[in-house]
Amino acid sequence: MAIVTYRDALNQALREEMQRDDRVFLMGEEVGIYQGAYKVSKGLLQEFGEMRVVDTPITELGFAGVGVGAAMVGLRPVIEFMTWNFALLALDQVVNSAAKMLSMSGGQFNIPIVFRGPNGAALQLSAQHSQAWESWLAHIPGLKVVAPGTPYDAKGLLKSAIRDDNPVMFLEGEMLYNVKGEVPESEYTIPLGKAQVKREGDHVTIVSYGKMINVAQQAADLLAKDGIRAEVIDLLTLRPLDSETVAESVRKTNRAVVVEEGWEVCGIGAQVVDYVQRDCFDDLDAPVLRVHQVDVPMPYAKNLERAAKPDAQKTVAAVRQVLYLE
Amino acid sequence: MATKVTMEALSPTMEEGRLVKWLKAEGDAIAKGDVLAEVETDKAVMELVARGAGVLRARLAAEGDTRPVGELLAVIAEKDENIDAILKKAPAPAVPASSAPSAPSAPSASSASSASSTVVPQPTASTPPSHPNGGGRARSSPLARRLASSRGLDLGTLQGTGPGGRIIRLDIDAAASTELSGAPTAAAARTAAPVMRAAGDSEDIPLTQIRKTIARRLAESNGPIPTFFLTADFDLTSVRELRAQMIAMGDEFKVSYNDILIKAIATALSQHPEVNAHWLGDSIRRHHRVHLGMAVAVDDGLITPIIADADTKRISEIARESRELAKRARERKLAPEEYTGATCTVSNLGMFGIDEFTAIINPPEVAIFAGGAGGDVPVVLDGTLAVRTRVRITMSCDHRAVDGAMGARFMQTLRRLIENPLMLVF
Repeated sequence: MAIVTYRDALNQALREEMQRDDRVFLMGEEVGIYQGAYKVSKGLLQEFGEMRVVDTPITELGFAGVGVGAAMVGLRPVIEFMTWNFALLALDQVVNSAAKMLSMSGGQFNIPIVFRGPNGAALQLSAQHSQAWESWLAHIPGLKVVAPGTPYDAKGLLKSAIRDDNPVMFLEGEMLYNVKGEVPESEYTIPLGKAQVKREGDHVTIVSYGKMINVAQQAADLLAKDGIRAEVIDLLTLRPLDSETVAESVRKTNRAVVVEEGWEVCGIGAQVVDYVQRDCFDDLDAPVLRVHQVDVPMPYAKNLERAAKPDAQKTVAAVRQVLYLE
Repeated sequence: MATKVTMEALSPTMEEGRLVKWLKAEGDAIAKGDVLAEVETDKAVMELVARGAGVLRARLAAEGDTRPVGELLAVIAEKDENIDAILKKAPAPAVPASSAPSAPSAPSASSASSASSTVVPQPTASTPPSHPNGGGRARSSPLARRLASSRGLDLGTLQGTGPGGRIIRLDIDAAASTELSGAPTAAAARTAAPVMRAAGDSEDIPLTQIRKTIARRLAESNGPIPTFFLTADFDLTSVRELRAQMIAMGDEFKVSYNDILIKAIATALSQHPEVNAHWLGDSIRRHHRVHLGMAVAVDDGLITPIIADADTKRISEIARESRELAKRARERKLAPEEYTGATCTVSNLGMFGIDEFTAIINPPEVAIFAGGAGGDVPVVLDGTLAVRTRVRITMSCDHRAVDGAMGARFMQTLRRLIENPLMLVF
């Protein structure tokens, strides 16, 4: 298998889907002439022309609305947000138009649209540009939310997202774009709504997704040195969330830790814990613990930012606690 | 208000006691704190103290009777107070103790609640401590509840090791394996009764998976404590010379070989916390202080009084203390704190002419040392035959906590100390 960056895996997915279906088009800030702020759309303008790779003004609400309208009349837009921090301005179109149109039109208009871009913190981008929005988006009925953490998953899931007939929020990561991994040369897709056991173990279940799946894996490596076998579950899709795969694992390990990039209150982890307490009540030997960003606006100072972010050490500590080793 | 006098748990392992002698007669006025009787426990003769004031209205046990912990022995009440209801519940004095109903937790709890201060009831095998959350409900994880019900275990009889006393899967597994092996629960209860502990005196090392597997597999094969033995000869020539010099300095420096060996073992233990440890089932407690138990034969058994902080004491202090402890042990005058809380133990049968033997580990300790008779033997030194004074010491190791190489390294340290005894006095 070829070793490909996360960035190039997304590029491959976009190219293949645009070749496969001429209703698919890409729109957003700097996606065309500049080849994408993070070079995800490299070469697409040259290959598909400016009717299908559209540069927009800095008007997130405007082009998100154009996208929803295009989807209503039969196109399959992919809308790039330079980051999900800027998508805050577009949330009215996402939440009130894209998510609700199918229901409010009595099934007349489905919205086959993908909103995508980097989510969460990078390095020292401070409070306004370091936010993880997945729990906001996953809260909304009518949206699907996907958060891949590896190049393989990014490609397979983006292809499925583009083919899906509903609005899909696709959460990437600035710090993920350069991550390399194996990506098959042949065509493949990964189904939405299905979690994946990334590593098998029988002592504890670590549930994570997106960028944090790499933190979970690092933690599992550290734990393995102490003989602790962690099972790592990558949710991949946050809505609809595959609680059955999580439950199956927790029934085996009797304990779980959820690792997420966002804040604690009403986070994705809270939802996972809810499923676990409902599905696995009689299997739990310890309360489920969560690892997340500290409950403050992201600090700019490097040391404070590091302290605020979830990491492998915090995950190891939580795991040791649910194993009653602390 | 009437005060019930019950057989109290006067030692950590006491399950029953023999009433040796009444010191108060029926009708005597009693003040709180008066000594009512002498009670012989499994270890010593102790005083039974009045928990309330009034008149000793009834004595329900005769001198020489043995009664289980918690059973009613006497009633203290006002002179004209009606105590019929209390007496009606008391077992008939003729019932032999062994077949007496042993339902100790309720009565001992009530005596504790009416107690003013003196004796803190110690958990014993037959009286599991009440649950810290009160209300009688055992805190437990959902998994522990499910496993307990499927294995027919009563959660109320278990003590949880999780936060706040929560019963977790480990506790269920431990209880199930104890039932299977038929081992007494006394050892488990003892591990839960830490004595002479202060913060910082020890640290608990969580079990790694390999340690858990070693513990489980070896206990299956040779259990419940999978013991192995390391025996070595130690050259006592330097010790003999040192001892002769000390004795020449005067009576106050008269020490025995055993005192020097105790000092050497204690010093080695201070350098090997992995041996100076307790096995707690789900962790290993390494002690930073060395409290060395010393097996002393008494008329009808043995007891192990403790030389606290033995590694920091001078050999002459150890000699004085061990003589005094042995004497009081034989008189059965030891207080419980003088024979509980050892971090490791030494036994010596050299004085009986035993060349070498293997001692049995006193749980939760993880090792014990058995000293044989020292004596002059022919040995080959640098290719020539020489006469040297040697002693043979056998270390019994609990393989759940101590591996062969770990024990062997301890014996190396011990050899260095015994064969260069100046290291013990500097």
